[in-house]
Amino acid sequence: MKFLVDKYDVAVIGAGHAGIEAALAAARLGCKTAIFTINMDAVGNCPCNPSIGGTAKGHLVREIDALGGEMGKTADECFLQSRMLNKGKGPAVHSLRVQIDREKYKNVMKYKLEKQKNLDLRQAEIVDLKRNEKNFWELTTRLNAVYEAKTVVIATGTYLSSRIFVGEVSYKSGPDGIFPASFLREALKKLGLRLRRFKTGTPARILRSSIDFSKLEVQFGDEKIIPFSYENKNIGENKVCCYIGYTTAKTKEIILKNINRSPLFLGEINGVGPRYCPSIEDKFIRFADKERHQFFVEPCGLNTDEMYIQGMSSSLPEDVQIRFYRTLPGFEEALLMRPAYAIEYDCVDPIQMNSTLEFNALPGLFGAGQFNGSSGYEEAAAQGLIAGVNAALTVLNKPKLRLDRSISYIGTLIDDLVTKGVTDPYRMLTSRSEYRLVLRQDNADERLTPIGKKIGLISEKRWEDFLNKKFLKNQELKRIKNLIILPSKEVNDMLVSRETSAIKSGTRMIDLLKRPQINYECLAEIDKKRPKLDDEIFEQIEIEIKYKGYIKKQLSQILKMKKLEQKPLPKKINFSKIIGLRLEAVEKLNLVRPENISQASRISGVSPADISILLIWLSKNRRESLK
Amino acid sequence: MREEIIAAISTAQGQGGIGAIRVSGFGSIDLVDRIFHSRSGVLLKELSGYTARMGKIYDEKEELDEVVVLVYRNPHSYTGEDVVEIFCHGGLYVTKKILRLVFEKGARPANPGEFTKRAFLNGKIDLIKAESVMKIISATGKNAMRAAVAANDGVVSKKIEQVKDILVETLAQLSVWADYPDDDDFDVDYNSLKEKITDAREKLIFLINNYDAGKILINGVNTVIAGAPNVGKSTLMNTLAGVEKSIVTEIPGTTRDIVEETVSLGDVTLHISDTAGIHATEDPVESIGVKRAKNRLKEAELILFVVDGSRNLTNDEIEMINSLKENNLLIIVNKSDLPQRLDYSCFDVFSKAVIKISAKNVEGLDMLEQSILEMLGTTQIDPAEGILISERQFLTLKNATKALSEAIDAINSGLTLDAVTVSIDSALDELCVLTGEKASQKVVDEIFSKFCVGK
Repeated sequence: MKFLVDKYDVAVIGAGHAGIEAALAAARLGCKTAIFTINMDAVGNCPCNPSIGGTAKGHLVREIDALGGEMGKTADECFLQSRMLNKGKGPAVHSLRVQIDREKYKNVMKYKLEKQKNLDLRQAEIVDLKRNEKNFWELTTRLNAVYEAKTVVIATGTYLSSRIFVGEVSYKSGPDGIFPASFLREALKKLGLRLRRFKTGTPARILRSSIDFSKLEVQFGDEKIIPFSYENKNIGENKVCCYIGYTTAKTKEIILKNINRSPLFLGEINGVGPRYCPSIEDKFIRFADKERHQFFVEPCGLNTDEMYIQGMSSSLPEDVQIRFYRTLPGFEEALLMRPAYAIEYDCVDPIQMNSTLEFNALPGLFGAGQFNGSSGYEEAAAQGLIAGVNAALTVLNKPKLRLDRSISYIGTLIDDLVTKGVTDPYRMLTSRSEYRLVLRQDNADERLTPIGKKIGLISEKRWEDFLNKKFLKNQELKRIKNLIILPSKEVNDMLVSRETSAIKSGTRMIDLLKRPQINYECLAEIDKKRPKLDDEIFEQIEIEIKYKGYIKKQLSQILKMKKLEQKPLPKKINFSKIIGLRLEAVEKLNLVRPENISQASRISGVSPADISILLIWLSKNRRESLK
Repeated sequence: MREEIIAAISTAQGQGGIGAIRVSGFGSIDLVDRIFHSRSGVLLKELSGYTARMGKIYDEKEELDEVVVLVYRNPHSYTGEDVVEIFCHGGLYVTKKILRLVFEKGARPANPGEFTKRAFLNGKIDLIKAESVMKIISATGKNAMRAAVAANDGVVSKKIEQVKDILVETLAQLSVWADYPDDDDFDVDYNSLKEKITDAREKLIFLINNYDAGKILINGVNTVIAGAPNVGKSTLMNTLAGVEKSIVTEIPGTTRDIVEETVSLGDVTLHISDTAGIHATEDPVESIGVKRAKNRLKEAELILFVVDGSRNLTNDEIEMINSLKENNLLIIVNKSDLPQRLDYSCFDVFSKAVIKISAKNVEGLDMLEQSILEMLGTTQIDPAEGILISERQFLTLKNATKALSEAIDAINSGLTLDAVTVSIDSALDELCVLTGEKASQKVVDEIFSKFCVGK
């Protein structure tokens, strides 16, 4: 018999990286919130790589932090090794990546949920979701408990009707032996949501003491460690290192010989896998001319000897796995603790949502994370934060948060999902952002903390620190604009030694810093009265000076885009009724339901002439309503 | 924010006659002041609205044409903005040249229906007419699209495609290099990167210098008359040209070199080359002609393949038609004045249009003209739109070249590759504008199809 347990403002289904951010944000904004997990021991689980961040993903984590989210802080607490990637490749592509202690991460996150005011963490499988007669969302658990909620965030990750494949064997399961959500799919279908099937995979975990590391190359962390969170200054030292190796001719031979035993080749997997993350068998087949592939060995934690073998995910049978993993140098005696597997799961077609991550046709229902067709912990957390904030803002009856492409990678990610849709699990890449010289990881706070403050996720203390940093930066900018460096032997020797021309007359320090060969560091001897500031301030100033021309150009592109962004399209609009639109445009517009002209212009199949027609139609409506 | 200045030829295009160019937007009067010298020496910006002046248009020192210029002050103009109309006397060629000058001074080509759109948005057109405005834009949009499709088959577009491919490949490589930093396979070599960008840039400059964009619709179509010896190619050429340019004899192989002629057909100009009959020959002079003819065929945008209706096809001819299948090819059965022995079913496999003519007696030429125009897809195209397409293409090439120069400068000055990437990005964006493709999608697709990336 069903029984009502409690009523909430916001209910979050799933306590992975998306669900956690959604629940914390909603609770922090003062909403009575519940978060449901199928298994209390799987909260904040990292079923794939034991790391947070990486190229473009590191940007997302910093943006989450700048808005007042949790992922960056927890990653700082649990990091084992930290590296700023792409140093020397330019500030737009600098990205932070850390190895984390997977068990610790889970525990820290779970504890944060437990401690959070306004938030109830509950173990339950949600089997039904519908609107009741009072127009509330009604969630039913497997044990017949009923919860009422004003808004719901679905963040089911890879658990929705998931199935695991290892060679010829397949069974219903979520990751890491946790049971899947088998009933919710029907409820979502009844709500009219279009679902689809994606797949992903993970490599084996291998016992540390069974690997001979002398045959592998060591990969060390950075000496100077930069935290993810703008709130943290010093987070300690690296505790582990990683290793790099290459597959052998024997690896290729075994995999290709047994390829007919892969479920993908047996035709048993229907899900679409991520293009950017092929299994090792995919790599050998699709890139047949490549003799070897690189792999990385990463520790899963301090209190475990499980090692994650990045680059070697597979869905081949276990006996084949044992054989091919043992062909890797140093892995001759490898003990597979957890075999590699592929997992297939249900997710939703994200073009059914708008940029607040709310479903167009189902007010109060939001989606986030892998459920939305993305992949990756960071992509999930970013969406979770936005969905949670918007669920809360809906309850509080406040205007919702929409981040556009010009202000963040988060906005770019969401716009790509809800405008272009996805054909395979979506991974963030720096090349997906057209404004990447503006959207850098170093200035995420400048871009987003004011927004976080406005929503209510930034503490007073942090806001003060933020304003102070901004003040110091402006002071320093003023200082170097006014500081004249006179030509002297010392100065010119330094300039020439750095292969740039000597100065003949007094030159402003800011103009010297414009030169690609010159930086703050090499000017230290000359610039003795320099104030003591955080390195990140100097770094940021340097970037802004050196790339000024490019940044200016991108800002003017942004201005152009914003103009169209500010022309909203009505929510309920039947595009087939608009005269002159081409058929293809009508179909696409009705499907995507863009919120404004700028979004409409990014839909493939909508031409400039169609956009002109929309503009005229809008203006006609406005003029008619003025009458 | 103020709207950009737009310009277009606003009169229907025919041969010769008066052409009007309309320039609209804030600053348009100042813009025209920079190229117009009025006879009285007065500047346009000193004039009030609805005033005309006579004078000359100069490109730097060079006088282009004597014109009449009409100034409209906002809001009293068609678009409701400041508008200048330039009426030139020199026909299509000069009108185009002046339009290009206007673009060089900062205007951009008007989009389909854009003047009308602005007129509406500025309240110059009655609300009741909104729907007809939308229809106009829809129609001009379709027209432009047709023109774009036609232009797309052109040589320029194909060469632009090649440059796009280089840029997409380069960007994918740069992106993989940035997004997969631990993978040592994805290193980028500065020198080869510079070489690639330089190569792309040179290709664009070559296009700018040699093609002057939009050949098909404005500057004409490279047409080759081909076929076996003595089927009447030169007679056809002479008939089309109306002048005896090719030497016509009954000796096969008379035309040893390439003879060229420019012929107007409807709105389209054909640059016709009459080539030596292609066949095996031992005559050294003639064999050079045959070789040239084959090269010409490679570059041709339209091939008129002539056969003799008084006999059946030779194996050589069948082979040749087969090898030209992929081109814009019309099969012309000549000598309809002689007894016909040709079996037409032999053309079935080629699915190409077959036209029967007698070049000698000037019969069947109307059909030929109609078929050529249909094949080029120009029967539906407003030539003014065609010019804009070609001008957009031209502008696109110039902007893309500029962006690539910036990329090369960035490499030379030692800036990091993310800045270089942004410049290449904008070059590719420019080149994608015409076809409406999304550049970033192309790059992402390329990454996943060409590079083995993964966790």
